[in-house]
Amino acid sequence: MTIPMAQELVPSQRQGQPLLQVRGLVKHFPIRQGSFGAKATVRAVDGVDFDVAVGETLGLVGESGCGKTTTGRMLVKLLDATAGSIVFEGRDITKASREEMRPLRQDLQIIFQDPYSSLNPRHTVGKIVAMPLVVNGIKPPGGLKAKVQDLLDLVGLNPEHYNRFPHEFSGGQRQRIGIARALALRPKLIVADEPVSALDVSIQAQVINLLRNLQKELDLAFVFIAHDLAVVRHFSQRIAVMYLGKIVEVGSREEIYERPSHPYTRALLSAVPDVAKLGAGRIRLTGDVPTPLDPPSGCRFRTRCWKAQPICATEEPALLPMAGGSVAACHFPETGALR
Amino acid sequence: MNTTIEDPPYLRVVDLKVRFDTDDGQVRAVEGVNFTVRKGQTLGIVGESGSGKSVTSLSIMGLHDARRTRISGEIHLGGRQLVGMPEPALRKLRGSDMAMIFQDPLSALHPYYTVGKQLVEAYQVHHPDASRAEARKRAVDMLGRVGIPQPDRRFSSYPHEFSGGMRQRVMIAMALMNDPALLIADEPTTALDVTVQAQILDLLEDLQREFNSAVILITHDMGVVAQVADDVLVMYAGRVIEYGTVEQVLREAHHPYTWGLLASIPSLHGDAEVDLKPIKGNPPSLINVPTGCAFHPRCAYALVPGACVDVVPDLLELSSRNGHKVACHLPESRRVRTYEEDIAHVGVAQ
Ligand SMILES: Nc1ncnc2c1ncn2[C@@H]1O[C@H](COP(=O)(O)OP(=O)(O)OP(=O)(O)O)[C@@H](O)[C@H]1O
Ligand SMILES: Nc1ncnc2c1ncn2[C@@H]1O[C@H](COP(=O)(O)OP(=O)(O)O)[C@@H](O)[C@H]1O
Ligand code: SF4
Ligand code: SF4
Ligand SMILES: [Mg+2]
Ligand SMILES: [Mg+2]
Repeated sequence: MTIPMAQELVPSQRQGQPLLQVRGLVKHFPIRQGSFGAKATVRAVDGVDFDVAVGETLGLVGESGCGKTTTGRMLVKLLDATAGSIVFEGRDITKASREEMRPLRQDLQIIFQDPYSSLNPRHTVGKIVAMPLVVNGIKPPGGLKAKVQDLLDLVGLNPEHYNRFPHEFSGGQRQRIGIARALALRPKLIVADEPVSALDVSIQAQVINLLRNLQKELDLAFVFIAHDLAVVRHFSQRIAVMYLGKIVEVGSREEIYERPSHPYTRALLSAVPDVAKLGAGRIRLTGDVPTPLDPPSGCRFRTRCWKAQPICATEEPALLPMAGGSVAACHFPETGALR
Repeated sequence: MNTTIEDPPYLRVVDLKVRFDTDDGQVRAVEGVNFTVRKGQTLGIVGESGSGKSVTSLSIMGLHDARRTRISGEIHLGGRQLVGMPEPALRKLRGSDMAMIFQDPLSALHPYYTVGKQLVEAYQVHHPDASRAEARKRAVDMLGRVGIPQPDRRFSSYPHEFSGGMRQRVMIAMALMNDPALLIADEPTTALDVTVQAQILDLLEDLQREFNSAVILITHDMGVVAQVADDVLVMYAGRVIEYGTVEQVLREAHHPYTWGLLASIPSLHGDAEVDLKPIKGNPPSLINVPTGCAFHPRCAYALVPGACVDVVPDLLELSSRNGHKVACHLPESRRVRTYEEDIAHVGVAQ
């Protein structure tokens, strides 16, 4: 496997020490297939590199099954990486044990997509939000209850609702409970996996504004996973586009949305139905994403790419700086390669 | 709106009301809805979850459980009144005169039968004299038309052997087996990736052009509406609060709820640093609908004394714009001004 070392290529790197540094991250799931139970490997994440700076949001986008959730779960150690490294504040946490992770747990939190199943229905909101404090043996100065009520207030919930149960809240409110829980330990980085996808648009906007305000107030960094490209644009300073377990392009908001270099990024953007109806020619991808059990050789996007040439099947393109400003992996990029 | 005088609307819904009796009380899911759809035209119905979109479409299809549902008003389909029509007569219309595509294709496809068998059966219901070979040919044709590769082979596949996008295509093929004059698509792409959604929306547009069907597309995505609909109807708490052409409703919206939707949706263009302007609070329960304008507890402009809280606003045509209807007590000039000042630069409205 050739993992491009994109160290000098990731913009935030230049602005001092990144909070999070991910290199060559891999997750393979061994499975058994078919009636004979033949062994096979799902290459869910297959060598990804990225950095996240203090107080910054990195958006992670791509079609269903491309490995976004798997990546996010490895970052917070809900899943062990098959290979590669995760460095948080200069410490390699890839192989850290539960015990070694304990002090870092506070700094790394996750918010889940489903505001229904991610909260224990038998626990009160107070207990749910207090849990991370209790588990980590933290005794807040003013007492646990006061701390939890502060957190509820912070996310726009009524502190009086401390004793209510999750089912008494709407979807948007439940997502706020999940956010309050993630904030309890004052983390430095939150992995937010589709935190607004299940919500109606008006409630989604409430939660997005809340996250934006919290980020400013608390200097939080986010890895923000979502499939809605407009939502990602609104909440992320930088964006990584994934396809079949690989990052195919990383860049700033402007670079990705105004001057995309990878054909896949362009196709994704062009597929979004838009009220502004640009009238520009649409790119229609045909077919589905190939199976991660047996990804195409060379460039994984080649089976759906309208620009594919013979070299795309034989040589995997490396992540390189592009004329559009982003870093992308393509032999025939949309904006031309630098050098 | 398309006002071709010589072409009467294929579907005309008049004062439709749908109520459900439940243990918690009566759900007023649809409260006096009016609209029309012509052949070759697409009506988009938008609104947040629970606003009555699906209940409206299921009423047209006659798919509500008659014992627990009270339906009143009129639904005219090609001149026939459907409300109160006996089930056997409705069954004859389903498939051929009207067909529906659901959000979740698995709920509409039987897991134990091959896709081909289900398509063939759908055809034979309306073509009892057709031979098996004819029906099979039609099914394979339709699978090909909706973009299933190797339709001949996939005819014998089971629903679970298809990806989400491909299953959605199979359901579209099923809905189109008998050239329905009215096609209702209830959130047909909500569960799909944008790339697959784009394919399905293109497909629906092509097929509509070819068969000249009337289409109702239900969605909560304003972008989808902008791309495919001619007219738009915005629902809130079981009522129509704004109705007009796509340009009227998306570019010159007049209702504070429509404003709220537009200002809540982040855009692919414009300034990403501008904060969204969400609607406060949550949609109401339809067991306990607020008095007067049902939107008043969430409305930032509920300023008309005595009216907003007490009087249900009628859906009235704007004096300045042909066919554009709005249900709001605010004076028209005030709405124009507010839209320009507060909304036109936020979210997808910009
Ligand atoms: N425990 C597992 N065992 C086997 N395969 C898995 C497992 N978890 C995930 N996968 C596979 O890994 C790939 C990536 O999954 P992942 O959940 O990370 O995708 P995603 O990008 O988050 O997709 P979505 O947008 O649908 O949430 C998929 O093909 C998925 O089926
Ligand atoms: N069979 C039913 N019995 C009772 N209430 C129902 C039934 N079907 C729908 N409702 C209620 O009617 C309202 C409108 O529902 P629906 O039309 O499905 O909303 P949507 O606009 O999301 O499609 C909701 O409050 C829903 O809970
Ligand atoms: S490397 Fe080739 S196949 Fe891959 S995106 Fe670029 S042009 Fe397309
Ligand atoms: S009628 Fe009153 S409450 Fe309702 S939308 Fe208009 S201003 Fe707001
Ligand atoms: Mg996921
Ligand atoms: Mg619905």
